Amino acid sequence: MKRRAGLALLACVVALAASLAGTSARAVEPNEVLKNPALERRARAISKRLRCLVCQNQSIDDSNAGLARDLRVLVRERLTAGDSNEAVIRFVVARYGDFVLLRPPVKPVTYVLWFGPILILLFGGAGALVFLRRRQAAGAIAAANPLSAEEHERLEALLADKGSGS
Amino acid sequence: MASNEVAPNELAPDEVKVGKGVEEIAGGRRPTRALYLLPVGIFMLLAAIVAYFMLSGRDPRLLPSALIDKPAPTFKLAPIAGWENRKPGLATVDLKGKVTVVNFFASWCVPCLAEHPQIVALSKLKGVQVVGINYKDKPENAKAWLTRHGNPYARIGVDGGRGAIEWGVYGMPETFIVDRTGRIRFKHVGPIVPDILNQKILPVIRKLSK
Repeated sequence: MKRRAGLALLACVVALAASLAGTSARAVEPNEVLKNPALERRARAISKRLRCLVCQNQSIDDSNAGLARDLRVLVRERLTAGDSNEAVIRFVVARYGDFVLLRPPVKPVTYVLWFGPILILLFGGAGALVFLRRRQAAGAIAAANPLSAEEHERLEALLADKGSGS
Repeated sequence: MASNEVAPNELAPDEVKVGKGVEEIAGGRRPTRALYLLPVGIFMLLAAIVAYFMLSGRDPRLLPSALIDKPAPTFKLAPIAGWENRKPGLATVDLKGKVTVVNFFASWCVPCLAEHPQIVALSKLKGVQVVGINYKDKPENAKAWLTRHGNPYARIGVDGGRGAIEWGVYGMPETFIVDRTGRIRFKHVGPIVPDILNQKILPVIRKLSK
């Protein structure tokens, strides 16, 4: 048993390491990289927030698609031209919509998305609390009113009946 | 602990008191039974929502355009190299005054070929201008493709990628309908098959041509 658990743990570690290695392999090509390291860092940070619309579940920083490359180059051009990070994001969102953002913005249409889980948790928690309290109260009543000898007899009879009856 | 809540036994016979007390405080039998059906109800609701989206035929990968009802982007694209005298390039000003169909296409794009007869049909409509944006293509290939399959475009702009970004395009082909004032009123992602032409494109053009 112990050996099995050890193997499972090892497999997990290997899988985790592989997934981490996977995320560190970027699609950014050497000729795209800006000479100014500060600007390049900002470009990378922005690229990670923008969805590649061709592959849809990768950021443009991760994707090899032609459009992702074009967008990476565009991000770097806008930064070099003096745009702020937010201005670059706004430029892309104005053309592709909110879907291009990997992290959806908090606004009325996304309230359900952002706050729904918290509400469900609260309702579920409240429900569980009420349920547990009622059960506890019921238990307390039963404890405070033990069965009489007569009831015990009836209960035994009913239990005995269950096997043979129905 | 909660024994103070329970009335002393002398008020009623044991049997009645215990049974009633438990039922009252534990919510009673009948509401509990109704609660058992709640998960089934929730499941049915979820199943109905999933079924609705599955059967509606809506492709979740197709995105609504952020540019609908906005002015066409500012852009200026050169004509195809070698065809400068045959087909002018395309810029924002060319989209004003007429209802215009802006079609992104490429010779390497197979669905573009599938929609080509419909684009040709559109170019024969009166009062409608069909223009093309040739996306990431080689000029020779584009010219050969247009010569072979017919050239429905009044103007063709050549785009290396930046034009598509200005238009919010993320795949080939994509088609926009721009009204007389130069505002984008409709976008279709993917090939314009005859059904799409009749059910979506033509009604929009008719409405905008009034």
